[in-house]
Amino acid sequence: MGLIAIAFTAFFIQNVLLTQFLGICSFIGIGKKRSSALGMGVAVVVVIILAGMVTWAIYNYVMIPLEIEYLKTIVFILVIAALVQMMETIIKKFSPSLYKALGIYLPLITTNCAVLGVALTNVEEGYTFAEMLVYSAFIPLGYLFVMYIFAIIREKLDLNPVPKAFQGTPIAMVVAAILAIIFSRFGGLI
Amino acid sequence: MTARENFFKGFVKDNPLFVQVLGTCPALAITQTLENAIGMGVALLFVCVFSNLLVSLVTFKPKIRALVMPVRIPVYIVLIASLVVIVEMVMNAFVPVLFKTLGVFIPLIVVNCIIFGRAEAYAGDHKPVESMIDGAGMAIGYTLAIMIISLVREILGAGTITIWGTLQLDLNFIYDFLGTEPIGMFLQPVGAFFTFGFILAVIAAMENQKKAKATNAVAKEGVK
Repeated sequence: MGLIAIAFTAFFIQNVLLTQFLGICSFIGIGKKRSSALGMGVAVVVVIILAGMVTWAIYNYVMIPLEIEYLKTIVFILVIAALVQMMETIIKKFSPSLYKALGIYLPLITTNCAVLGVALTNVEEGYTFAEMLVYSAFIPLGYLFVMYIFAIIREKLDLNPVPKAFQGTPIAMVVAAILAIIFSRFGGLI
Repeated sequence: MTARENFFKGFVKDNPLFVQVLGTCPALAITQTLENAIGMGVALLFVCVFSNLLVSLVTFKPKIRALVMPVRIPVYIVLIASLVVIVEMVMNAFVPVLFKTLGVFIPLIVVNCIIFGRAEAYAGDHKPVESMIDGAGMAIGYTLAIMIISLVREILGAGTITIWGTLQLDLNFIYDFLGTEPIGMFLQPVGAFFTFGFILAVIAAMENQKKAKATNAVAKEGVK
């Protein structure tokens, strides 16, 4: 598959939130305000690209030669946790203003299933380095895109009369369903 | 709290999915058939019970606890991930088809908020047996919740109820009788979001009604 096809599929057709259902917890919890959606989205983009590269390298150059592929779940989650911790320390040290913007989202990312999900998909699909890089970049970009749209809609929803039972998460799910209908149509383009 | 209350609190009162809204990813992703929901539930039950047991064992004795507490997050992650690897291997060996359908969501049990949440909120400062009971109750509550979602989606989307493998109930005669067809949309991601949203809304409506009744009762008492 060409790189463009991988990018398009990752961004639209297999959108991480609306068709793969990875990272829904953060979607519901944090996608309430545009600013926090943007902060979380950017943090996820950075972490997924870094985590994708590191886990891909470890899998292909360490785990396959040693024949311990079955340990990938344990190794990947530890790598991701360590990476997030490291990023937090580095950002805190070098750019306090960036830390203020992204800092609170970083600890949450370890348990964001999108990160581990992308790392596992990369090695299960047997991507080359370039394919892996494109896939790990466009999946979180799709996440950022949908999260931002969702936050805009939810900000507007707060100003509108929503039936009492639907307030909060239920109406958010209905909004997500409508977005999912739109995204499911992109499949016809390829 | 008695053992019985401890076990049943996860079913309705503190249901992990419908009340705490934890573990939503698999609840939306794999609930196309009842079989998937049962498979996921059993895998989660195993991991949840034993992760709670292990976590409470490593934090039970004060001496070990002092050692573990500062680095508890990585310790918990290793414990949980090891259990998940066991589940992966067992499922791959005995139910390969189901394992393939559930796909990435079995390894993703590692980052399921329910497991981590129970470890952090309960097992960390309770006795081993209590923790296991709590884990079992929560996991069964979660399983029941995803079974409800998958029942709605499968009946409306395909007109069948797949219990396990070829053991399947075909309800399409109802659709034939009504002269319509199942709504395929419910098997798509759209259906997952809709079903989950509407179930949450029904629960919220019931809660609101209960609250309104309670306030009415209080108001009447006040009038007297």
